Amino acid sequence: MAVVLILVIVAVGSVVFHLFSPWWWTPIASNWNYIDNTIIITFWITGFVFVAVVLFVAYCVLRFRHRPGNRAAYEPENKKLEVWLASVTSIGVAAMLAPGLFVWHQFVTVPPGTTEVEVVGQQWLWSFRLPGADGKLGTSDTRAIGDGNALGVNPNDTNGLDDLIIEGGELHLLVGKPVKMLLRSVDVLHDFYVPEFRAKMDMIPGMETYFWFTPTRTGTFEVLCAELCGTGHPQMRGTVVVDNEADYQTWLQEQQTFTQLLAARQEQTTIASSTSSSK
Amino acid sequence: MVDIRSDASAAIPPAEVEDVELYHPRSWWTKYVFSQDAKIIAIQYSMTAIAIGMVALVLSWLMRLQLGFPGTFDFIDADHYYQFITMHGMIMVIYLLTALFLGGFGNYLIPLMVGARDMVFPYANMLSYWLYLLAVLVLAAGFFAPGGPTGAGWTLYPPQAILSGTPGGKDWGILLMLSSLILFIIGFTMGGLNYVVTVLQGRARGMTLMRMPLTIWGIFTATIMALLAFPALFVAAVMMLFDRLLGTSFFMPAIVEMGEQLKQGGGSPILFQHLFWFFGHPEVYIVALPAFGIVSDLISTHARKNIFGYRMMVWAIVIIGALSFIVWAHHMYVSGMNPKFGFFFATTTLIIAVPTAIKVYNWVLTLWRGDIHLSLPMLFALAFIVTFVNGGLTGLFLGNVVVDVPLSDTMFVVAHFHMVMGVAPIMVIFGAIYHWYPKVTGRMLNEAMGQIHFWVTFLGAYLIFFPMHYLGLLGIPRRYHDLGEAAFVPESAHTLNAFISVMALTVGAAQILFLFNLVWSLKKGREAGGNPWRATTLEWQTPQTPPAHGNWGKELPVVYRWAYDYSVPGAAEDFIPQNQPGLGGPTREAAS
Amino acid sequence: MSVMLLFLAAIAAIIIWWMAQQRLTSRPWLEVGRLGQPGGGERSQIPPAKIGLYVFLGVVGALFSLFISAYLMRVGTPDWWSTPIPRLLWLNTAMLIVSSAAMQWAKTEAERGRDDTMRTALLAALATAILFLTGQVFAWRELTEAGYVLADNPANSFFYVITGMHGLHILGGLVALGRTTVKAWSAPASRSLRLSVDLCAVYWHFMLAVWLILFALFAGWANDFADLCRQLLT
Repeated sequence: MAVVLILVIVAVGSVVFHLFSPWWWTPIASNWNYIDNTIIITFWITGFVFVAVVLFVAYCVLRFRHRPGNRAAYEPENKKLEVWLASVTSIGVAAMLAPGLFVWHQFVTVPPGTTEVEVVGQQWLWSFRLPGADGKLGTSDTRAIGDGNALGVNPNDTNGLDDLIIEGGELHLLVGKPVKMLLRSVDVLHDFYVPEFRAKMDMIPGMETYFWFTPTRTGTFEVLCAELCGTGHPQMRGTVVVDNEADYQTWLQEQQTFTQLLAARQEQTTIASSTSSSK
Repeated sequence: MVDIRSDASAAIPPAEVEDVELYHPRSWWTKYVFSQDAKIIAIQYSMTAIAIGMVALVLSWLMRLQLGFPGTFDFIDADHYYQFITMHGMIMVIYLLTALFLGGFGNYLIPLMVGARDMVFPYANMLSYWLYLLAVLVLAAGFFAPGGPTGAGWTLYPPQAILSGTPGGKDWGILLMLSSLILFIIGFTMGGLNYVVTVLQGRARGMTLMRMPLTIWGIFTATIMALLAFPALFVAAVMMLFDRLLGTSFFMPAIVEMGEQLKQGGGSPILFQHLFWFFGHPEVYIVALPAFGIVSDLISTHARKNIFGYRMMVWAIVIIGALSFIVWAHHMYVSGMNPKFGFFFATTTLIIAVPTAIKVYNWVLTLWRGDIHLSLPMLFALAFIVTFVNGGLTGLFLGNVVVDVPLSDTMFVVAHFHMVMGVAPIMVIFGAIYHWYPKVTGRMLNEAMGQIHFWVTFLGAYLIFFPMHYLGLLGIPRRYHDLGEAAFVPESAHTLNAFISVMALTVGAAQILFLFNLVWSLKKGREAGGNPWRATTLEWQTPQTPPAHGNWGKELPVVYRWAYDYSVPGAAEDFIPQNQPGLGGPTREAAS
Repeated sequence: MSVMLLFLAAIAAIIIWWMAQQRLTSRPWLEVGRLGQPGGGERSQIPPAKIGLYVFLGVVGALFSLFISAYLMRVGTPDWWSTPIPRLLWLNTAMLIVSSAAMQWAKTEAERGRDDTMRTALLAALATAILFLTGQVFAWRELTEAGYVLADNPANSFFYVITGMHGLHILGGLVALGRTTVKAWSAPASRSLRLSVDLCAVYWHFMLAVWLILFALFAGWANDFADLCRQLLT
């Protein structure tokens, strides 16, 4: 009897926990509420199956537990029942898969008119690059990384000269404007993850990955790394601020271009070499 | 309803099986240490697996102490934490679960259940165990090596696994890990050949494939899968060893490590992930299929009812085994591979849910109108159903590509795979040990200790992993040594973490009681007799308990019926052993 | 992974063919007392060691399929410069073919009970296989001296790793073949010896087939196939 009681408690308790749990997803800040909806559908279907199976087991234990003189029924199979159950299961699975694939199609199809932002991960820091006035990001190469060029922007590509470089600072995005995050890593795997945006993708050294989304509300959000990247993995944090138009423009004006960075670096080295030569 | 054909029950002459060249031990050493008897090898495998599994259990305590009470235990710094999770994961998946199900249960049950005297290649079987032991020792040597074991996570993703930002990356850790895996795979291949060929060629007369117990079907299919999947891990490990030791660039792209350009370049980290998961996903079913098989037999025996839909169960095992080779990339939805693959792999992954669901239905339908004895094996089987259904259903979240995007790499994943391939198969292992311990030792395990062990383990494990899903839903990433300050995480989440840690310690403590029970019952347990559960399968029909060397005395058994003749209408008893021709009492038939 | 999937499809075909004979649709609970029909359900007459070898060859096949899959996923990346094929490899290939043929000869002679010629054939197979391995080592040295060292280029790395893995498998086979040869020379041929010769022959043919595929791969003849695979996969 204790077994029956506990099975019922497990089934009912799980549902109660689900309904009253204070631990639920963060308020969404992107267009991916489709994903949340798919999760809700999946919760409904799977929750129903879980409760049904566990309660059925509990009922079986209650009704058919051993008593002296009992003898089990003899029933090797029941084709009709099995076919019926398999069909219902297939329908349930399709009901979860179909919306899932539909939303995935949206997730991987970047709409036209999306601005590009590059995120570069390294142990254990986030850097960002925005296209400058020409609206185009210059090419980049890990091999080009060196003094004053922490992101490996190709200095010979004119598209890249006006790119805005943010090393280890905050990234600002414009609310309501779809953005394609181009993801790059210079050392190990990282994963750009903002819980409120729902989207995430690994960053692989040697190649470029992407995801896109539209920020739907202004605010400050925390960036975490979601792919184990060494000892400092949990400390690899960053900040994304979603701004309205005015704030965004103000912030944009404060950022340095690649050319400016290179020039500043050169100035430093000349000063450094002149001081060392004067010694 | 069903017409039972009993006219063909005339006794069949003993099989004219040529005498198998049995190896006969000559000394204590060859009998108990360098033994070629599958039963001894099984015990050696199981004890080694449980011993290294205890190490992994202690590691999980340390991890949970850090997660539940961050900052309290200074000695668990980030390096140690990552070493603990890596070793915990690798040990549990490969050195405990795989070794115990295939090396332990496989070795013990295959010859006995199919009616053979031993495995077909006993010498290779012995080598298999000693290579496994060597692999375990090499793995454990990591704890004492300079720099400690590797902390790359059990997935060992390059380039991180062989760089200095990861503990053990530039020291001995990763080398020992990869060498140990290579040894394990070579050893397993020797054992695996044995399991497959013994099922194919060692079966007793009359034991057709469709008369085999589902336990054998599960182990057989899992072994074939393992033989085909482990080479992928082997290839990945060899190539990574070259990258680490000889400077090749199989997996190493151009990298700037801590401000310094590395010499290697052009390699593909994704290639490793493909190889790893080509092994890694079948591995899940390599653990799950033997569990499916064993639990079917436990439920059937203890509900005194034939397993419902036996044919469907067999087909489902085979179909799941086949499908599991074309779903591997569902571990890589957010890995940056070509997103088009997502459509294919999400579809195959969700299709695999259908045969799996059918198996679940058949287990619970076996209970329906049964005569359920709530013995310990049955309790563990029920716990398996609950935890497996729970973990399997959350798999539908993660397998459905777009739902995986927010949930991947969060605690939701940790909760899911622990429930489905940690807790559920371990429930089956416990059930199986309570079930077969009387055959192995001749004595029953203590019931009272078993009850405490069961309730603490089942409820404790459920309370650990069920709420953990919600931490993942909240967005807490996995593999965080210390969550630190995070604005989106409420204070209550830390309380939940502490609760989970306390439960983990409790469940762990219950395992010590279990180990004590194993030892205590060896001498003090109730005498079991040959067939305490009144089961039909051949291992319960041996002339001696524990079975002697060669298993069957002079004559091999002859099989007259399938493995599930429980509560057959008209039969004298509520079970008919597989080697009994007619319906009557076993004593009468044995005499004839 | 396309090559591996092709390989798996072949394995699956064999398994399905075998299972089709096992009466998997029968209703076992209705068949009390009846033994399985001949050829269906009962075990086959092939000796267990031979079945074991076939299963092992499946594992080895999976191993090389995976290496080839990895090779094809990596080939043609911008940093890839093909390794030249040393001329010696042609000679080595010829050696391995002769070795395989000698094994087949030994097997036929063993079946016909002609022990003397079988011993000669075994020795020939052993010698040519050793020559093959020695030749492989010389080919490696030739390449290294020409500056094609292991870590410089992925093409070299794959060449050394895959030929090395193949060489190790030949070496393992040599141990078995060596033991068989010693047994053949020390005692009159028994049934178990004939079985050993048979098994060695199967293994030798298989390793020859693997080598020919690898050779075609390194010689670049497989490039068209590789292109096709890449188009399918990326």
